[in-house]
Amino acid sequence: MGRLEIDMGPKEAAEALKSSFASEVREIAEFKGGQVSVTVAKAKIREMMRFLHDAPELQFQFLSEIGGVDYMGKKEPRYEVIYVVFSMPHKAYLTVKAQVPEDDLAIDSVMDIWVGADWRERECFDMFGIKFNDHPDLRRILMPDDWEGFPLRKDYPLQADLGDREWKGYLDVVALYERNKKYEVHSR
Amino acid sequence: MIIEKELTTKYLTVSMGPQHPATHGVLRLVLELDGETVVKCTPDIGYLHRGLEKLAENKTWPAAMTLTSRLDYCSAVANESGYCLAVEKLLGVEVPERAKFIRTMTCEMVRIASHIIWLSAHAIDIGAMTVFLYAMRDRELILDLFEMLCGARLLHIYPRIGGVRCDVDQKFLDGLWDFTEKFPKLIEEYETLIDQNRIWLQRTKGIGIVSAEEAINMGLTGPVLRGSGVPYDIRKIAPYDAYDKVEFEVPLGKNCDVYDRYRCRMEEFRQSNKIIRQCIEKLPDGLALNPDAPGLDMMPGPLKKAAPAPAPAADGTPASKVEDGPAFTEIYSATEVPKGELGYYFVSDGTGKPYRMKVRTPSFIHISALQRLCVGVLVADVIALIGTVDIVLGECDR
Repeated sequence: MGRLEIDMGPKEAAEALKSSFASEVREIAEFKGGQVSVTVAKAKIREMMRFLHDAPELQFQFLSEIGGVDYMGKKEPRYEVIYVVFSMPHKAYLTVKAQVPEDDLAIDSVMDIWVGADWRERECFDMFGIKFNDHPDLRRILMPDDWEGFPLRKDYPLQADLGDREWKGYLDVVALYERNKKYEVHSR
Repeated sequence: MIIEKELTTKYLTVSMGPQHPATHGVLRLVLELDGETVVKCTPDIGYLHRGLEKLAENKTWPAAMTLTSRLDYCSAVANESGYCLAVEKLLGVEVPERAKFIRTMTCEMVRIASHIIWLSAHAIDIGAMTVFLYAMRDRELILDLFEMLCGARLLHIYPRIGGVRCDVDQKFLDGLWDFTEKFPKLIEEYETLIDQNRIWLQRTKGIGIVSAEEAINMGLTGPVLRGSGVPYDIRKIAPYDAYDKVEFEVPLGKNCDVYDRYRCRMEEFRQSNKIIRQCIEKLPDGLALNPDAPGLDMMPGPLKKAAPAPAPAADGTPASKVEDGPAFTEIYSATEVPKGELGYYFVSDGTGKPYRMKVRTPSFIHISALQRLCVGVLVADVIALIGTVDIVLGECDR
């Protein structure tokens, strides 16, 4: 890496990652505003993150975000785990997207690199059901412990259809509304 | 006959919260205590979870903005500006120069209001009652100004995609200028109350030390990170809105303790005041809202008008193939809100609704850091630590 430090933008960082992990990197994409994302296979995610964190010419030491995305029926593989890392010396963000297929919902935890990944991995597990291998305390975090289902999956309904089990107070209000509908004066 | 039993130390488990006044909302800390010392601290969150990220996926871009002001309800405008900024980058909407200055101005106003909440709550937790009364009195001035500006005091859905909702008038600017004239004196007033208070100093100096490496590794941002001497401020690193056109400094701490973080925020009061004054002075003429920007009547369907171009082609196959693959675009946009780095990660599938909205909220990460910061400290210092990381549970639980 014979470049000057100042020249290391997100694009160069993505190339550096590709030259070290050629078999893992699937795609490098550039979006508006100079945003660069690298799509990678999930198998060596920890080694790749370690490389981004430790390599003296990169120094992506700040983990901004971990999140999941569900591309149900739109993209294969279905899930992606997003890592947004920031390099303080280069003032550059880089997005690393690890592909997680539906039949193997697990990825290595990066907690040994960033302790701050702890809760964000738990949240991703809570919302998508993606398991993080070697995470010391993988529990639900925002939802109650006995919650069923993973809310941010695309096949999870926004609103439950409770039918008869709906709260009676709500049904009363709906009945009242139906009864008084004929007096509606605001209808345009 | 005496039977000697083996003496053992049992840890006492105390559940602090979720109805504890010093936990700033519905935060529950399960503390394992060895006498007065905390052995293990397990934060329990989720009491205020409203599923904002799921809700946002079912609303149009302008409508989902109303959710973001419910994140950190102490600094609503800052959240909304961050949201609009991300959506503008994603959809390619231009923002008029005047709107940029107005946004910067309101973001700094809300930074003052949010830091006042922090100062008064932090002080009252540690035992300084008076500063609470003085600071809240002055927060009222800011809220009144917001009321004058947009009619709302707390949840001002004021920024819009492509600008701000309504232009500022001279009366508001005069009122804000008057406020900036007297606010530096008010800051001195707060400092007189606590800065030389022996109890305050003993309870903040040397407490809750986080080294710079630790802080970066844990993902701390905002004044908590800057208190450890790391010059990480997105307003300087990646200037957005009009932050590259105003002059300000980023206050840094040296000793990495609760006191230095307090000093950082007190300095930020002055810097925010300075930025507001510059914004008023430099406020350019022009529109406050881009007329071409998507308005509140945005439809949830595809944004591109069904691509009229490929139809006339004879075979049409190459063109239709391009349309088939859903073009996912994504963006991560971070802004500096009073509590730290607020990041929005959006995935768009080209329709009027976000496909995925992921919010990186500073409070979530700051609370996760508490479980490491609180080990080995006294129970009283846990209160000081909760105060110093400046949390809002609405933002943490989303």
